[in-house]
Amino acid sequence: MKNGQFLTLGIETSCDETAASVVADGRVVMSNIISSQIDIHTAYGGVVPEIASRRHLERINDVIERALKEADIEVKDIDLIGVTYGPGLVGALLIGVAAAKAMAYAADIPLIGVNHMHGHIAANYLEHHDLEPPFMALVVSGGHTEIVNVPAYNSCEKLGGTRDDAAGEAFDKVARVIGLGYPGGPKIDKAAKEGDPEAVQFKRVYLEPGSLDFSFSGLKTQALNYLNSERQAGREINVNDVAASFQEAVVEVIANKAVDAAKRYDQKRIVMAGGVASNSRLRALISAAASAAGIEVLKPSPVLCTDNGAMIASAAYYAYKSGERTDYELDAVPGLEF
Amino acid sequence: MKHLQNRKLRLNSEEETRALGLEIADALEPGDIIALIGDLGTGKTALTKYIAEGLGIKEEISSPTFTIVKEYRSGRLPLYHFDVYRLGSGEELLDIGAEDMLDGDGVCVIEWADIAADVLPADSLVVKLDYGDSDDSRFAEIL
Repeated sequence: MKNGQFLTLGIETSCDETAASVVADGRVVMSNIISSQIDIHTAYGGVVPEIASRRHLERINDVIERALKEADIEVKDIDLIGVTYGPGLVGALLIGVAAAKAMAYAADIPLIGVNHMHGHIAANYLEHHDLEPPFMALVVSGGHTEIVNVPAYNSCEKLGGTRDDAAGEAFDKVARVIGLGYPGGPKIDKAAKEGDPEAVQFKRVYLEPGSLDFSFSGLKTQALNYLNSERQAGREINVNDVAASFQEAVVEVIANKAVDAAKRYDQKRIVMAGGVASNSRLRALISAAASAAGIEVLKPSPVLCTDNGAMIASAAYYAYKSGERTDYELDAVPGLEF
Repeated sequence: MKHLQNRKLRLNSEEETRALGLEIADALEPGDIIALIGDLGTGKTALTKYIAEGLGIKEEISSPTFTIVKEYRSGRLPLYHFDVYRLGSGEELLDIGAEDMLDGDGVCVIEWADIAADVLPADSLVVKLDYGDSDDSRFAEIL
C-alpha cells in the first residue's frame, strides 16, 4: 500500500520478454518494464529456449528493480506479486516463477500464479478502466488463437481454438516461405498494405458449420503451392500481394468467428488480446463486422498487446480479490490450458 | 517397428497420410521415437495428428512450435509431440528437459528431428517427408 492504493507487482517471462510492472488497484499502470529478446531471436528465426532462459536470468532482477523505481515504491509497499506460470517455455517460465516465489517468501507478500492467457485478456482492464465482465474475448498470438467467453472476472470459458497452427505462427511460417523474415506478423502487416488482398485466392477455412475452431496450417501449404506454380510458369512473384491475400484469409475468418461468438452468447462487447490483436487489418475487419451487429470492439494499445508484466499484475489482482491464493509450491506449467 | 522400415511411399491424399499414421501408431511401444524430417508444409504435423488418432488420443493435436513440446495422455500410450525447429542442436533439446520424455513411458514424435539428430537414439524410426509431384501428394521414406 502506498497513498491508499493496492499495489501489485506483475512478473512475466513466458517467452521472449523479461517483463515486470507495478499496477495500482488492478487498473492503473505505475510502471511497465519490458526487456525484449527479439533482436537475438531474429538471427534464429524464432525463439531459442536456451538463450531465452539465460537472458531472462540475466535480466530479471534488474527489470524488477526498474519497475519498482519507476513506480516510485519499495518492496515493502507491494501488496501482491503475480507471476506467469504457463503456458510458455519451461526454462523461461521457471525464471519468473523462482524470482516471484523468492521475493514473496522473503518479504512475506501474497503470491498469485497467473495463466498467461488470462493476463492477455486482463490487459484490457488497464486500457479501458470502465470495462467489466461479461464480454467475449478474442486472444490471438504466436501460440494461441482462441475465442473465450468471460462471464466474470475470475471465470473464462474457451469456446474455440486452433486445431493446428496459431494465427501468429501461420504469419511467421508464411513470412518465412515468402522471404519476409521474423517476426512474421508485423512484416506481413506492413507488406500487405502495399499489396492486393484479392490477388491470390487463399481458401477461407471455416470448418464445420457453427464451429468456433480455427485451422491455419493449410494456408502455408497453399502459399507454397502458389509460389511453386508461379515459379514454374516463370512469373515474377509479388510478395506484397501474397502477404495481403494470405493476411486477408486469416483475419477474415477470425473476425467473422469472433463476431459470430459474441452474437450467439449475446455479448455486446468483443475484447481483443494478444500480439496479433495489433494487426491493423484484423482490427479494421472486426470493427466493421461488429459495428454492423451493434457490438463494440475494445483493443488494448500495442504495448499492452505484447507480453508484459502489467497484464499479469491486473489478472493477479482480480484473482486475489476473488479469493484465490497460490502457495510456494507453485511450479511452471508449460502446457497450461485456458 | 521393424516391419515399417525401409519403405518408400507416395501418399496421394490426406487419407493415405492418415493410413500411414494409424499403421505407425499400431506398432508403437513405450520408449519408441519417431523422427520426422521434412520442410515446411510437407505434412509432419498432419502425420502426427494421425499417429495420435491411432493411439486413441482424444485431444486436439495443435502445433507445438511455440512451446517446443506438448504432452497428451488420453491415449493407449502417452505422446510427447516435439517441434525442435527453433532449437539449434540436440544439446538444447536435452537442456529443455527432454531426456525424461525420450527415455520415458510414452512415445515421442519429433518434428525437424534432423536438428536434434545427434541426441536421438539409433533405433528411432526416421520418416522423411517431401513434397509430392502434385499439390496434394507427398513422398514418405521410412528408414
